[in-house]
Amino acid sequence: MSAIAEKLYRRRRLKNSIALVMASAATLFGLFWLVWILWTTLVNGIGALKPELFYQMTPPPGEDGGLANAFFGSMLMSILAILMGTPVGILAGTFLAEYARRSYLGEAIRFINDILLSAPSIVLGLFVYTLVVRPMGHFSGFAGAITLALIVLPVVVRTTDEMLKLVPSQMREAALSLGVPQWKVTVQVLYRSALPGIVTGILLALARISGETAPLLFTALNNQFWSHDLSGPLASVPVVVFQYAMSPYDTWHELAWAGAFMVTVFVLCISLIARAIIARRKVAND
Amino acid sequence: MTNLNLAVAASLNVNAAAAGQATAAAKITARNLNFYYDGFHALKNIHMDIPEKRVTAIIGPSGCGKSTLLRIFNRIYSIYPKLEARGEVMLDGENVLDPHYPLNRLRSKVGMVFQKPVPFPMSIYDNIAYGIKHYEKLSRADMDIRVEQALRQAAIWDEAKDKLKGSALGLSGGQQQRLCIARAIALRPEVILFDEPTSALDPIATGKIEQLVEELKKDFTIAIVTHNMQQAARCSDFTAFMYLGELIEFGETETMFTRPSKQQTEDYITGRFG
Repeated sequence: MSAIAEKLYRRRRLKNSIALVMASAATLFGLFWLVWILWTTLVNGIGALKPELFYQMTPPPGEDGGLANAFFGSMLMSILAILMGTPVGILAGTFLAEYARRSYLGEAIRFINDILLSAPSIVLGLFVYTLVVRPMGHFSGFAGAITLALIVLPVVVRTTDEMLKLVPSQMREAALSLGVPQWKVTVQVLYRSALPGIVTGILLALARISGETAPLLFTALNNQFWSHDLSGPLASVPVVVFQYAMSPYDTWHELAWAGAFMVTVFVLCISLIARAIIARRKVAND
Repeated sequence: MTNLNLAVAASLNVNAAAAGQATAAAKITARNLNFYYDGFHALKNIHMDIPEKRVTAIIGPSGCGKSTLLRIFNRIYSIYPKLEARGEVMLDGENVLDPHYPLNRLRSKVGMVFQKPVPFPMSIYDNIAYGIKHYEKLSRADMDIRVEQALRQAAIWDEAKDKLKGSALGLSGGQQQRLCIARAIALRPEVILFDEPTSALDPIATGKIEQLVEELKKDFTIAIVTHNMQQAARCSDFTAFMYLGELIEFGETETMFTRPSKQQTEDYITGRFG
């Protein structure tokens, strides 16, 4: 009896070790490429960093320059996209969580939103190209911002929906049992409780759009000069990185590395802030 | 119980009414009350009186409909779809189930405290002031007084007075529950419904809540749903025993726990089932 048990136990330990080794190897395999990518970006990016990046325009081939117009264009379009996508997203997420939680309509909207969430961004770019760029007759920063807003929208809808669903139903009942109407309860009590999560969602959406290239290629295109005209073509960091990286010029390659590095650092910072918010929320809930 | 009473008690509903009226006027009266969860008949023809300024405990095994019954009294069930209450629940002579009965008025008259303490994510002060602001426009000074009154009445003032501006989430579970009671009584309701208010609390916090319930019945009519029979025995004046959606027996707590008239009540109270 005990001999059999011991044999079984030894076999299980063996299987356990094999599984552990395989899982660890897979993790290492994935991490290896990730670290390599980040390391390359870091080494080349830091080497290419210089103060001119922030006040000189993207140069013609062979000359020195910076990325000031691209940074500004990216910032402008991202802010505008967040400003357009967030309110609509929060309202739609509120509708899903508070008014259509178990209805067929709600489920259908949730499903469609999930499709939008995972739609290739190039499709959104083409969509806005036909809808905005072609009727206008030219590329514009505004079209770029709309495309980015379409990427922000489903992320914010999803996080708002999820975060409001996490608010205990007793909180709703407690507030409603004071006789306060539902819209007030939602705005004054539930949003307060879900706020850290919703803000995190918005930040992650910002992180995501800051690296989007494909949707901007057909919408905002690019601009070599300083521009804050949203009705005309606008430069953005990812598109400049794309264009410069594909070029045969060394000065452009350097700028592309610097741009890639800056976007990576930005995304890292946003993720850290998001994590900090989530951590604080956990402390507050315990 | 008199012989006459026993004779009449052939119908237990009459018995219930008689027991209720013997010592206090009924504040809430349920008649022919039926409740349906998406077609499922959850409460069957309930007749019950909640006596004024007394504590009425509602006991029974899980799923017997005791919470459902409580949640009809302030119509909080109506926030969910597919739930339906039929019959009458009279509060001061008016049927609160009438769709024309203003929900606002009902909820200001009938407060509720829930199983888990759910302070709002705001300061202790704002937790109390939040509900009041919805009904009254008070000056800063008057609001301060109201908040203090409510906190004192709920026996949480001494622990909270130095951190009124601090987050209510920083309080302990028992303190949070007393804060929720303060929040309910701040609206000066006439009835307070307690839905298993101590099931998430430790024995010491539970003791404080029970003591508080004892105090509050001077000013409020109280209905308390509890899983804990000792709690019902300790702090209620009347007890209703429910089983499978029916009100099996209603009477003075002492009678219910010493000489129940129904076999089912006795079995439940002595722990033979449930």
